[in-house]
Amino acid sequence: MSTLSVEKKNNKKLSITNISLLITIALLVLTFVVGSLRYDKFGSLSTIFNVFNDNAYLMVVAVGVNFVLLTGGIDISVASTVAFTSVLTAFLLRAGWNPVLAIALVLIISMAVGAGMGVLIQCFKVQPFIATLAGQFLLRGMCTVITIDSIPITDDFFMFMALKKLTIGKAKLYYYVLVALAIIAIAYYVLKFTKFGRNVYAIGGNEQSALLMGLPVARTKILVYVISSFCASLGGLLFSFYTLAGYPLQNMGMEMDAISSCVIGGTLLTGGVGNVIGSAFGVLIQGLIQTIVTYENLNTWWTKVTIAALLCIFIVIQRLLAIRAEKMKAK
Amino acid sequence: MSKENALVQMSHISKRFPAVIALNDVQFELKRGEIHALLGENGAGKSTLIKVLTGVEIRDEGTVLMEGKEIFPHSPLEAQEVGISTVYQEVNLCPNLSVAENIYIGREPRKAGHIDWKTINKNAAELLARFDMNIDVTKTLDSYSVAVQQMVAIARAVDISAKVLILDEPTSSLTAIEVQKLFDIMRRLRGEGMGIIFVTHFLDQVYEVSDTITVLRNGEYVGTYAAADLPRVELVGKMIGKDYAELDKSAKENRASKEAGELWMSVRGASTTGIADVDLDIHKGEVLGFSGLLGSGRSETARLLFGIDHMEKGDVTIAGKKVELKGTLTAIRSGIAFCPENRKTEGIIGDLSIRENIMLALQTKRGLFRKLSRSEAEKLADEYIKKLEIKTPSQDQLIKNLSGGNQQKVILARWLATNPDLLMLDEPTRGIDIGTKAEIQKIVVQLADEGMAVVFISSEIDEMLRCCGRMVVLRDKKRAAELTGNEISEATIMQYIAGGVENAKQAEEVN
Repeated sequence: MSTLSVEKKNNKKLSITNISLLITIALLVLTFVVGSLRYDKFGSLSTIFNVFNDNAYLMVVAVGVNFVLLTGGIDISVASTVAFTSVLTAFLLRAGWNPVLAIALVLIISMAVGAGMGVLIQCFKVQPFIATLAGQFLLRGMCTVITIDSIPITDDFFMFMALKKLTIGKAKLYYYVLVALAIIAIAYYVLKFTKFGRNVYAIGGNEQSALLMGLPVARTKILVYVISSFCASLGGLLFSFYTLAGYPLQNMGMEMDAISSCVIGGTLLTGGVGNVIGSAFGVLIQGLIQTIVTYENLNTWWTKVTIAALLCIFIVIQRLLAIRAEKMKAK
Repeated sequence: MSKENALVQMSHISKRFPAVIALNDVQFELKRGEIHALLGENGAGKSTLIKVLTGVEIRDEGTVLMEGKEIFPHSPLEAQEVGISTVYQEVNLCPNLSVAENIYIGREPRKAGHIDWKTINKNAAELLARFDMNIDVTKTLDSYSVAVQQMVAIARAVDISAKVLILDEPTSSLTAIEVQKLFDIMRRLRGEGMGIIFVTHFLDQVYEVSDTITVLRNGEYVGTYAAADLPRVELVGKMIGKDYAELDKSAKENRASKEAGELWMSVRGASTTGIADVDLDIHKGEVLGFSGLLGSGRSETARLLFGIDHMEKGDVTIAGKKVELKGTLTAIRSGIAFCPENRKTEGIIGDLSIRENIMLALQTKRGLFRKLSRSEAEKLADEYIKKLEIKTPSQDQLIKNLSGGNQQKVILARWLATNPDLLMLDEPTRGIDIGTKAEIQKIVVQLADEGMAVVFISSEIDEMLRCCGRMVVLRDKKRAAELTGNEISEATIMQYIAGGVENAKQAEEVN
């Protein structure tokens, strides 16, 4: 957690987060360099911007999930929230709703579902996995209740967000990417500089201690699920901008992409360690690998294979570091 | 001392839980500039009293005055606000946060709406410097030893409220030097006018640092004494409920000391994290008692013999053969059986029937693939239900529906079914009614008469006297004495528990 701490006096020993994040960044650079050497046109700003364009929604979702992971919980409902958001939005827009109202409504519904899951987890002591599995089924189910077909979006505001972009030379960056970057910045600030953010880390470190230190554990734990659902829903809106359609079966299994991005970015699934910058990098590296796979004309599942290998490496590295830290302490 | 000096006054405190009365009309008074030891055996109510004071539990009756004003904390946070901070046995901080943040979380200084990390790190370093600790406060807490973590916890507690500090067994995971350092700090805080409540099992430490001692027993208030005026033996007597003087007068009970059978197990120089350098000989046909206060190493020794705790050094010989006790299965196969202290969590499996509970150990001994047949199981279960007089409508009854005493008998049956050479019982009669208690004691003696070696652990000295033919007394994780036959008397046991011969002499002088 002291990755980017204000004061860095004598951090001779790198923390777990530091190393994971550094490896991720190093790998990102390496992948980019190798890609640039191997393929024409790969080594350009376009490639980078396209990774952002294609993965902005995933970044937002990963940031939200990261809050939950930091408390030591897990949220596997986010992919369904993304699908639900884009399907309901598409449906409401087709029915002639004002886009602002439609957006507000889907965000509120998603946050309510998040709060519901948080209450189940906190007040009824339901396992986070089970509670969010219920949320996952509920929202995916609701999608197919609304429609089983793909609903196109033709609304002006959505078209604007989908098509407006910054252009630097040949590289194009869509406006909605800026939304994602803003969310990352806000989340970083919240986690680092607000009491709520620090409580999230404290709960992940030791929930019992957090309680005995007088921190508002219950409120914080419910709130992280609300935040996760909010980010997932916002990610769903970005996804709607990206695809301009809502389809009930989209993004199946994407919650695992979000979670693995966080882990690759240095978040520990046991909670208490990690930050959103890492999660963002975790998404970027997945995006870049996807790009390479496309360039190589391989089946997209090769992305998953690579990510799987990467995940294994990271988890082993984290364990080794933790074991080393234990040994050093014992001395 | 005058009333004005009182910091905390608790009077007529009662707390009931569904099954037990944890505190019954207890009083406690803490003065400014005092280190006050709160003592008692397991179940005496000291943790409940602490919990009532810190708002973890809500008292049913009684008043708590803080500097003369009544308080009623409903949470640790509320207690903190009126000036009561607690440092628990387990360090209750967050290992993943920096040292500085652990001190200030929940009350972070802020600048322009956001957390001011610079001030936090600076203040934390200054605060720790007051405790003679010059460490990098930006490093995560888990990069430091438990002793440092404990100091950080104390620093946090003191910084939050400098009135009352409760230290709940703070020394159990510290080395001797670290303990001294902690005591220095406690004395310094006392000098600053703080009231410190010190809960511990180690009597040496109580006498080293405390001014006053309050003893609880079975949820009742026994008394408050100046540490200097209370000899150890009397203190132990108060903790376990026997008056020393009264004991000394009472005639020594004569047990028929039997001929010890052949040597079955011998242990030399055994050390684990819980005990140091213990020697033991266990003979067939005897009941060997492990006596001592909680935390003295009595249960830890049994855990070692059963292969639960890893033996760091030492040798174990069973029936003439050298054995390495690695894991409980080795112990079971070597013929050892162990009924642990905590019946509910370490003994019974509530949702299984009596028969299944009895079969568990035997099945383990035989191995997974040589299943006991149903008819064998039924026969064995019936046999033990009859033999131990387990009161139950049928062997299919779920064990959780039985009374404590009958549950204990089922566990006893479980181990007897493995036909062990050595049976170890840790507090087998706690929380069960008198009648069943006597029955279990009778069974224990009977088993030894039949040639089994039995290790018996209990905090009730009466019971130990009735059952044991030989007794090993443990104190502060070490073997303090071994008593046989007529040497075993409450008075001698208590002397050794309290701290060896010097104290015994001291006690004699007092009387």
